[in-house]
Amino acid sequence: MNAFVKLTASLATAIALMTGLNAHAELTLEGLSAEEQGLAIAKERKARDIGWGDSASSVIMTLRNSQGEESIREMRMQSLEIADDGDKGLTIFDTPKDVKGTAFLNFSHISKSDDQWLYLPALKRVKRISSRNKSGPFMGSEFAYEDLSSFEIEKYTFKFLAEEKVNGLDCYKIEQIPTDKHSGYTRQVAWLDKEHFRGQKVDFYDRKKSLLKTLTLSDYKLYLGKYWRPLKMDMLNHQTQKSTELNTTELAFNTGLKDSDFNKATLKRAR
Amino acid sequence: MINKNLITLSTLASSLLLAPMAQAAEFEASGYVGFEWREYLQEGQFDNAQVSQADRQYGLLAEPELVWSVADGRHTIVFKPFARIDNEDPERTHGDIRELSWLTYGDDWEVVAGISKVYWGVTESQHLVDVVNQTDFVEAPDGEDKLGQPMVKLTLLRDWGTLTGFVLPGFRERTFSGEEGRFRPALEIDTDRAQYEAGEEDAHVDYAVRWSHTLEDYDVGLSWFNGTSRDPMLFVDLQNPTKLTPYYAQINQFGADIQATLDSWLWKFEAIYRSYNEALMDDFDQLKQLGLVSQSVEDYSAATAGFEYTYYSPFETNWDIGVLTEYQYDSREDGQVAIGQNDVFLGSRIAFNDAESSEVLLGFIQDLDSRDTQNFIIEMSTRIGRSVKLNVDVFLPMSDDASNVSSQFERDDYIQVGFNYYY
Repeated sequence: MNAFVKLTASLATAIALMTGLNAHAELTLEGLSAEEQGLAIAKERKARDIGWGDSASSVIMTLRNSQGEESIREMRMQSLEIADDGDKGLTIFDTPKDVKGTAFLNFSHISKSDDQWLYLPALKRVKRISSRNKSGPFMGSEFAYEDLSSFEIEKYTFKFLAEEKVNGLDCYKIEQIPTDKHSGYTRQVAWLDKEHFRGQKVDFYDRKKSLLKTLTLSDYKLYLGKYWRPLKMDMLNHQTQKSTELNTTELAFNTGLKDSDFNKATLKRAR
Repeated sequence: MINKNLITLSTLASSLLLAPMAQAAEFEASGYVGFEWREYLQEGQFDNAQVSQADRQYGLLAEPELVWSVADGRHTIVFKPFARIDNEDPERTHGDIRELSWLTYGDDWEVVAGISKVYWGVTESQHLVDVVNQTDFVEAPDGEDKLGQPMVKLTLLRDWGTLTGFVLPGFRERTFSGEEGRFRPALEIDTDRAQYEAGEEDAHVDYAVRWSHTLEDYDVGLSWFNGTSRDPMLFVDLQNPTKLTPYYAQINQFGADIQATLDSWLWKFEAIYRSYNEALMDDFDQLKQLGLVSQSVEDYSAATAGFEYTYYSPFETNWDIGVLTEYQYDSREDGQVAIGQNDVFLGSRIAFNDAESSEVLLGFIQDLDSRDTQNFIIEMSTRIGRSVKLNVDVFLPMSDDASNVSSQFERDDYIQVGFNYYY
């Protein structure tokens, strides 16, 4: 059933892409309110990212403090697309060496809170943890947990602001206001390029509505002929001058991951 | 002796694995070496003319982990030995094979065979349900360190939950401090003369089954264990009257554990029911009348229940501040027998979410039946550079109540500083 839904969805995307190479660029925004325009752009962004199935990646995260001192984290991430719900994700940490083997399992959901488990290899203990902590730092970095979760329409209300050039590309500038009251942000401003609807830059505003962080996405690479992924993500905290660089060193799709690979019982064997 | 065995085992493991599948095997070595300095704040309680308990202990420790992985991880062999050298207590100088196991799995099943470790349960202040691995008590008085257990473990993953069956051949005795060590009773525990209820002694084969499942916000587990109790009873053997002899009984134990994860709240519950053979209970009643044991043996139930609530990013920080409260119940009311029979644990876990992964855990346990019995703990950790972890632990057992089992540790308060280098 799921497979059928996915197939239909990916067929629909494929047809849409084939028939509308130009139509996409001219997404009809005329006659719509700013909110409707924002939503239409976000929906197009989401529609272009359906059907990718599963992926596995290796990531190096470099934390820098205001003096430029570096701290490195290496991890591997596996993701599984779930039709009509958030994705499933498994993150295995390789460095720092003292957390080697620690594994984080996340079932993200659209309409309710995520399910999360943490595996602590020294104790061989799998702990269910609260997913309420959206705004907290991920592994001491400038990325919050919510910055790394999958993009879902239901997580925001949108508003089209302007068309601007960013990274040399014509972009839609959109305001995204998180619907989750536990979000650490009052609003985000995102720039998506008009050709491929890829995020180029995001400004994050904190609970006091002042500019907190800017995310810059670059080194986009095309996978399976239709899915763009940024291999480099830079997050700069304007208030502390700390920054985090997230580099994807390896990324593969159709790796044969299955639902049974994302299970709290099998988390213990993640290596 | 230990080293020789370890080398033989590792050679065996590598030759077993590498011979048939040399081309596809991936090998990875990691682990840590550590140094510990523990300073006791008071003189030993049981110092006498012949023996003085350690006032300061230095430890060197190592725990390498060697992993061979074959066919994309479909088969994995793990070898994880552990060793500690202690400058004062020969009983604390010890080695153990924490793991030497083979793992393989399919879509909905998994098999582990060899020496391994499992963890059951959800609560923090004590681990009633967790009975598979023996406690390596000389490592730390909190009982969190475990000895490797020989096992064959089959796991089935089904829609209705995860079912795991264990066959546990071979029993591990609990480690205890020697007479120059701390955390010991007035008489030394003679670990060379352990006695068993089972005729097979430490070769008795134990069995266990566990079912666990996630139902929305609830993680539940039910378990059953049948075999040699990991908790020894201590008695005075008239053949060996100057020491305490550990006695390992046969038990049947049912356990249940539940965690509800509701927003920032984790609600936790563990309960067990443990029963003994009638004949054993009669024997111990007689021993008690003769004054050779301080405790009688009875079937009993015990439970731990509580919550952990976490404040995320309070006071405009990036910290997580968790507040923990747990209540410990044991149906045996005698304070000489059970440590957590009517006790309350209050704790706080603070994660600073900094680049050094700094954390602090504070804990306080009060015995509600013994006003003068409480424990206080602080555990702090942070990273220095890329590879060194600094741990500072403070443990303050306080019990002026001679009728309480905790009073034997009353003067074993310590501060410990440890450095572990990870590779």
